[in-house]
Amino acid sequence: MMKKLTLSALTALALSTGGAIAAGEGGHVHDVDFSFEGPFGKFDQMQLQRGLQVYTEVCSACHGMKFVPIRTLADEGGPALPEDQVRAYAAQLSVNDEASNMQLFDYNEGAARPLTANDHFPANNSQNAPDLSLMAKARAGFHGPYGTGINQFLKGIGGPEHIVSILTGYTGEEKVEAGTTYYENTAFSTGWIAMAPPLYGEDVEYADGHSNELHHEAEDVAAFLMWAAEPKMMARKRAGFMAVTFLVLLTSLLYLTNKKLWAPHKGKKTSL
Amino acid sequence: MSGIPHDHYEPKTGFTKAVESRLPIIGLIHGTLMIPTPKNLNWMWIWGIVLAFCLGLQIVTGIVLVMHYTPQVDMAFASVEHIMRDVNGGHMLRYLHANGASMFFFAVYLHIFRGLYYGSYKAPREITWIIGMIIYLLMMATGFMGYVLPWGQMSFWGATVITGLFGAIPFVGEPIQTWLLGGPAVDNATLNRFFSLHYLLPFVIAGLVIVHIWAFHTTGNNNPTGVEVRRTSKAEAKKDTLPFWPYFVIKDLFALGVVLVVFFAVVGFMPNFLGHPDNYLEANPLSTPAHIVPEWYFLPFYAILRAFTADVWAVQAVSFITGGIVDAKFFGVLAMFGAIIAMALVPWLDTSSVRSGKYRPMFKWWFALLAVDFVVLMWVGAMPTDGIYPYISLIGATYWFAYFFVILPLLGVIEKPLPTPATIEEDFAAHYPGAAE
Repeated sequence: MMKKLTLSALTALALSTGGAIAAGEGGHVHDVDFSFEGPFGKFDQMQLQRGLQVYTEVCSACHGMKFVPIRTLADEGGPALPEDQVRAYAAQLSVNDEASNMQLFDYNEGAARPLTANDHFPANNSQNAPDLSLMAKARAGFHGPYGTGINQFLKGIGGPEHIVSILTGYTGEEKVEAGTTYYENTAFSTGWIAMAPPLYGEDVEYADGHSNELHHEAEDVAAFLMWAAEPKMMARKRAGFMAVTFLVLLTSLLYLTNKKLWAPHKGKKTSL
Repeated sequence: MSGIPHDHYEPKTGFTKAVESRLPIIGLIHGTLMIPTPKNLNWMWIWGIVLAFCLGLQIVTGIVLVMHYTPQVDMAFASVEHIMRDVNGGHMLRYLHANGASMFFFAVYLHIFRGLYYGSYKAPREITWIIGMIIYLLMMATGFMGYVLPWGQMSFWGATVITGLFGAIPFVGEPIQTWLLGGPAVDNATLNRFFSLHYLLPFVIAGLVIVHIWAFHTTGNNNPTGVEVRRTSKAEAKKDTLPFWPYFVIKDLFALGVVLVVFFAVVGFMPNFLGHPDNYLEANPLSTPAHIVPEWYFLPFYAILRAFTADVWAVQAVSFITGGIVDAKFFGVLAMFGAIIAMALVPWLDTSSVRSGKYRPMFKWWFALLAVDFVVLMWVGAMPTDGIYPYISLIGATYWFAYFFVILPLLGVIEKPLPTPATIEEDFAAHYPGAAE
């Protein structure tokens, strides 16, 4: 009876949380085989660098990433740019919006100072463009199987896939409502999104000669945004693996100890 | 401490004699650890240790998180990101704390249902049960307020919805809600008081846990047979029990190890599985999320809250009788708190003379249905409020109340229980025929 109860409790947990995530999500999200999925998944450094390029040249025209410190671009496991490149990258970032300017205002100079690697990425330029720091975790693409969401164990929550699906999901249809133009998008929850198609393919020229077709650009920037949202993912998975390994070992020893300890009282013979 | 007859601590050296005559702390620790424990306890008696571990984990990780967190509406969300990105090991601390809450509630539900099945609430353990229920209520308050602290969209809107429940109380609701929030709406004052209470309540829980343990160390543990340990003599008590150390400490640690393997796999490989993606969006009072869903551990009671809508005849009847004072919203609030109060009253609602569900042929099925009901309510609590879902909620909520207020009192009268073993020793020997005596 109690075993069944434990099982049903686990099922309930899985069903209800999967359901919680499923609620409020619509649109079609297709699976992408990212390198960072699964318990041993790792970010692809070159892909993150390409994604950074797409973000810088395209996304950052409107969007911001105000929670991401620029210096983390040099972190191991991330894009891992050399430090001088990171400093140069920070210096060329322009700060257009007023809010960011206020924070960077230098009273001695009487003007906004240039960004340094210790600053965060600029905030969004456009009122309606959401901050992208955590976008890859703020959207869930996967709820399966059967709404349990358990496949997140192997695939992640599907945030990057959601981003790829949005970027590649434009049908070309447009409509104007109350003065705003909406673009039909198969991945967006309502089917119509206010963001104009940002990528068409061949929008950026990759330094590493990688293909710049639309789906490659979309995947690269989605991978970069996953890193931006969860920069410690690889450290976390390593810690998880270590913890599970040592706990399995400790638990096995406790199992044997327990067996031997109780054997005389349960009248069982033990070889230990 | 009274209780099951057993050997008490005798100080032997001069030093321990001197300490013991001034402060009997060695004897207290000895008595607590060496308590005679029914030797037939099964694997459902491990959740207490898991819960104690959870409380410790939450307090330790929580205290460190507080060192880096800022309870201010403009900085709270950013300070959590600071923890995730800049604080050494901060991302692990936060994920351990967030998922630790889930492990805590998972364990407490199994602990409660263990008690409900084996009749652990029955005399003489009513006080242990009531204290447990108070702990559970405080856990819910603490969990809810903790979820508000990251100041994401679900934090903000969850706080708005839940404090709104108090606003449904007739006449005094609005002042109470304002008093809870510290203003007309969820804002900085709310965040600050929630932070303060989220830090305070775990220590209240810790105090109550000590009383909870004290109470059942006096009555002795219940066990799967529901038959009491013989207290006529030390020798007889010894035949029914084994000391907590080392027998149950090792057993419980093994079980804790198994639970922790699963826990760390979740923390390491899918730490956001139990969270809501919307909480990675900073709180925005101007944008309401499409679906406001509480954390999974509140869902069964959230479903009961939502079950009683204005088109349910019982709600209409009560509304008519009270002249509209009890409207659908307040009815729902009463139902939600009533569902928990029903659990707290179970020692007096269960009229059966037999303690353990193992020997109650009819009770078993009704109990199994209650467990299924709990699971269904949890599932439907996360679903939208259209289509068939409101009906499922209503049926589920009705059964919850029927179980406690109708079925349990009646079963004690109409059910013919099976014979129970005479002693724990006999039950244990039946399981392990080879046991040497």
